[in-house]
Amino acid sequence: MLNIDSIQNGIVIDHIKAGTGMKIYNLLNLDELDCCVALIKNARSAKYGRKDIIKIEGEIRPDLEILGYLDPNITICLIQGGKIVSKKQLTLPKTLKNVIKCKNPRCICSIEEEIEHIFDLGDNGTYRCRYCEQEFHA
Amino acid sequence: MRHMIDPLDFSTEEVLALLDLADDMRQFPQKYQDVCARKKLATLFYEPSTRTRLSFEAAMLNLGGSVLGFSSADSSSASKGESVADTIRVISCYADICAMRHPKEGAPLRASRFSRIPVINAGDGGHQHPTQTLTDLMTIRSRKGRLDHLTIGLCGDLKFGRTVHSLIKSISRFEGIRFVLISPDELRVPDYIINEVLKPGNIPFEETTSLEKALPQLDILYMTRVQKERFFNEEDYIRLKDSYILTEEKMRLAPNDMAVLHPLPRVNEIALGVDNDPRAAYFEQVQNGVYVRQALIMTLLGLTV
Repeated sequence: MLNIDSIQNGIVIDHIKAGTGMKIYNLLNLDELDCCVALIKNARSAKYGRKDIIKIEGEIRPDLEILGYLDPNITICLIQGGKIVSKKQLTLPKTLKNVIKCKNPRCICSIEEEIEHIFDLGDNGTYRCRYCEQEFHA
Repeated sequence: MRHMIDPLDFSTEEVLALLDLADDMRQFPQKYQDVCARKKLATLFYEPSTRTRLSFEAAMLNLGGSVLGFSSADSSSASKGESVADTIRVISCYADICAMRHPKEGAPLRASRFSRIPVINAGDGGHQHPTQTLTDLMTIRSRKGRLDHLTIGLCGDLKFGRTVHSLIKSISRFEGIRFVLISPDELRVPDYIINEVLKPGNIPFEETTSLEKALPQLDILYMTRVQKERFFNEEDYIRLKDSYILTEEKMRLAPNDMAVLHPLPRVNEIALGVDNDPRAAYFEQVQNGVYVRQALIMTLLGLTV
């Protein structure tokens, strides 16, 4: 078993779907941080069998909107003084702003300058572009 | 400030109030002839649509207002690369209200975010055409005296026809609506209409390929055009095209008080002989379109008589 130092102040992004930790690391631009960051792949998980974990030492507040969209099973633990002071279970965000892009060539998003790509969560768990209402498929 | 971007932007109560106003305009046109005096409507038509543009212009002129605008993207600043957001900010300085037709879906919604004047969606690509939907509702109500407890047949291209999708969403909000969806398999209503509108609302519907079988049970028949370009091969088109042509002979199968609607233009999907049938309501629909647009302009401008 690999031992990673516990952090004093920072966050732990836990229950990341195994194998997708690197993707989240890149999307959050964690390589640009000067602080201590640990990415643990394929850690044992009672809940999911295997999981990835990211530990970040320091004052960082990741974009929960992006994380919730990428993996709504993620748990964010806020660590202060070496202890977990809060745990947040993510859910699919109701709205996504500039997280995904509309692929519909007939949508105004395809030509309008500086337009925000806004998607709303539908009842069936899929996202629709607010402008053309087309469903997003990754 | 209110806009009309999506047919569902207005509640059913607001829609009924709008239709009441449109009915009153039809009955007493002179009462409203100066209500928009010194007001200007900008018609921003980024793609040609003579019928809709003239309907809006006629509506504003009937209310005593003035009209300015352009009728194709070539004659607008869009040809110089101006964004919709910038265009509407400029137009807001010139006019009191605008109607926008744009080939890109969502363009009027984008405009409404930056506008200082009410924006009416006059059609955005294959997406929405709310004033057509209001026109359809007005015509159905004027023919049947109600918008509830109706069996509505929708026939032809139910897959790509935006007027059909908007009408289903709008009239589903009234009680006791039942749909008969008449189309070839290739042009069935999209799954999302069934899964997100009809099933969650417990709205009864049946799908059929036979217009003849459907006709006897209908209060309203809404015809659309089956377009050749929607088919993958010509054989299928030739096989199916005549099945969805409404003829005088087929009209004999329909109830005496059924009304036939069509968003127009028609090509050959309604035989010319049907025009003289008192059940044909499609030209009345065009006239109602002007009254509905008048009522909408007046409502969005917050004017009263």
